[in-house]
Amino acid sequence: MDAIILQILNGLDKGSAYALIALGLTLIFGTLGVVNFAHGALFMIGAFCAVTLSRLLSLSHQVAVPGEVDFLGNPKMREVPYAYDIFGENLGATIIDWAVPLSILFAIPVMIGIGVIMERGLIKHFYKRPHADQILVTFGLAIVLQEIIKFYYGANPIPTPAPSAFVGSFDFGALIGFDPGTIIYPYWRLVYFAFAVVIIGAVFAFLQFTTFGMVVRAGMADRETVGLLGINIDKRFTIMFGLAAAVAGLAGVMYTPINSPNYHMGMDFLVLSFVVVVVGGMGSLPGAVLAGFLLGILESFASMREVIAIVPGINQVVIYLVAIIILLTRPRGLMGRKGVMED
Amino acid sequence: MTKGNLTRRGVLKTGAVAGAGLTLPTYLRAQDSGFTNAPTGSTVTLGFNVPQSGPYAEEGADELRAYELAVEHLNGEGDGGMMNTFSSKALKGNGILGKKVEYVTGDTQTKSDAARASAKSMIEKDGAVMITGGSSSGVAVAVQALCQEAGVIFMAGLTHSNDTTGKDKKANGFRHFFNSYMSGAALAPVLAANYGKDRKAYHLTADYNWGYTTEEAVKSSTEAMGWETVGTVLTPLTQTDFSSYITPVLQSDADVLVLNHYGGNMVNSLTNAVQFGLRDRMVNGKQFEIVVPLYSRLMAKGAGENVKGIFGSTNWHWSLQDEGSQAFVKSFGTKYGFPPSQAAHTCYVQALLYADAVERAGSFAPCAVVEALEGFEFDGMGNGPTLYRAEDHQCFKDVLVVKGKENPESEFDLLEIVEVTPVDQVKYAPDHPQFAGGALGTCNNGA
Repeated sequence: MDAIILQILNGLDKGSAYALIALGLTLIFGTLGVVNFAHGALFMIGAFCAVTLSRLLSLSHQVAVPGEVDFLGNPKMREVPYAYDIFGENLGATIIDWAVPLSILFAIPVMIGIGVIMERGLIKHFYKRPHADQILVTFGLAIVLQEIIKFYYGANPIPTPAPSAFVGSFDFGALIGFDPGTIIYPYWRLVYFAFAVVIIGAVFAFLQFTTFGMVVRAGMADRETVGLLGINIDKRFTIMFGLAAAVAGLAGVMYTPINSPNYHMGMDFLVLSFVVVVVGGMGSLPGAVLAGFLLGILESFASMREVIAIVPGINQVVIYLVAIIILLTRPRGLMGRKGVMED
Repeated sequence: MTKGNLTRRGVLKTGAVAGAGLTLPTYLRAQDSGFTNAPTGSTVTLGFNVPQSGPYAEEGADELRAYELAVEHLNGEGDGGMMNTFSSKALKGNGILGKKVEYVTGDTQTKSDAARASAKSMIEKDGAVMITGGSSSGVAVAVQALCQEAGVIFMAGLTHSNDTTGKDKKANGFRHFFNSYMSGAALAPVLAANYGKDRKAYHLTADYNWGYTTEEAVKSSTEAMGWETVGTVLTPLTQTDFSSYITPVLQSDADVLVLNHYGGNMVNSLTNAVQFGLRDRMVNGKQFEIVVPLYSRLMAKGAGENVKGIFGSTNWHWSLQDEGSQAFVKSFGTKYGFPPSQAAHTCYVQALLYADAVERAGSFAPCAVVEALEGFEFDGMGNGPTLYRAEDHQCFKDVLVVKGKENPESEFDLLEIVEVTPVDQVKYAPDHPQFAGGALGTCNNGA
């Protein structure tokens, strides 16, 4: 039983990342009709916003350590962050420690900006082109973006830890009546899940309860009619692209303490996120979220030794197997709307 | 006006023969010299096949730095590095056999097909007489087989799978780097001494060739010390989040987790294991421990603080105090501003060993080089007295057992040497079951 609870918890945080990426993908597909293969790269750029801010806050100058030498025999230098000079050692260290959460503030404008530039500069020229062209151009863009990141940050993963207050794990088992130490879960993963729930809730609320959101939803349903009413739907859709980029970017920022970011992390998530979108139903926001969590949990269960012992290799194919079954039984996905990608 | 002997058919025949000759790969045109890509001018070309893109690009960049340094030293530039400490004195700093060393590079992308394509191109188009480099066993095995067919020497870079000099060994291929068996043999006694002989181990293993041989080696060595293996699970190479593989460890009664992972897999699985509090656990009345059989300093950097206190093994480390290591670190550090990695070390050494073998053989012919390298004993290259065993072309030397440093003094100071395991402890018979199958075959001079 404790193993099952643990795998559900694992699935929830894995599903959080899938859901956040798939939500942005669906948002872009639903509004602009573009299959955006560069969306994983936005997740990766978000993570590198955290790396960048962390490095900026840790910028330092060198101070010689008296009486010590480095590996070449030169006087040994010690790095002292400028933050210590400006804010004092304690506050400076706290600011550096909280670099990842602070990166949220940094990443929002950066990601919206990147999203808007991407849409206006490149993707809008492909609206009327076939989906295959859109996939090719956005996939190419993703490769360019990841190569740029690799050029500046290198190919190795870069450790970007959570604030020390969230390092360690939480004894979930003791809380719900199990033996202490049986269900242990890292604090930061719980934070990630809660963060994903808040972001998903905020996106839904924005679309549901604001006039802007109402117009966007109307545009998603019938773009032509909304345009005929004199509303500049293109401008709103551009903003939605920026918003979707910000959601992917924030998912990336908060993911950095879970796994050290590298230039390839977006691609690792992209394919699975597309499966999530298709299983959830093209253009369906609730479908994307539901499928994200569902597939995250299924993937976790399939990784259990007992399951692999019964069906060897199931951990590597479970998501695709489930996708096939769902698409065979519900061709529009779990919550797909009629008419989307069917013309 | 005379027509002479020029006929339409004659022109066509001549053209066809000349065309066919020109389109032949360089190595097939060099028949008169008796071996592939025999250098004819005042230069000789070596092919450095390293990952310049993909997940191991940083390691590849360090390998390339080392090769450039080796070329400098071979051509008599710079301070000479390990040429000054190398026990063989055949190298004079005037190139190889008096020919200036030039080089071409290829990008393996850490993909076997891409690595073969780049090696093929360097052999056929650029006339490389030797191929060296790489940061993966899959690539090493693929390129080694290609070099065997083409008739050039392959000096492997970073490749740790038993198979490179086991079931996939080839007469034209040589490995200086250590292997999975040696890691297991060196690590097991240190683990038993530090963690006790009554331990239950759980292995997470990358689902490819290197993972299998490393799991087998560590499992058999630790079981021989009295440990019990309670679980082994293969993880996909593409896995990024290992949480769902870590949590079953919590449910098992294992008190040691062995991560047979390398590169990004190692960084992520180790980070996830520490996040789940494994290192803070007490199981069976003992402190839970994690082991990483193959360490790479470049990769360990990605795991940050999580490597502290974790045992592993490595082929070489820049903090070694022997004369050869110090000469190399000084040379490399002065040129690039930071200490070299183990990948850089093995590649630098391989380049020098090849050049030395050619000098001693007096020929670039692969079979002459093979003869010069087989059974060659040397010292002064950072690993103590070393033997290139004739039976499998594997180097036998001391192995370093290392531990993540508790208080690193710089970003390069991540590992501390716990023990230098003597070579006798990591030796094995050429027909050892972990290396069974395959045959060295005979050397191939190519054309």
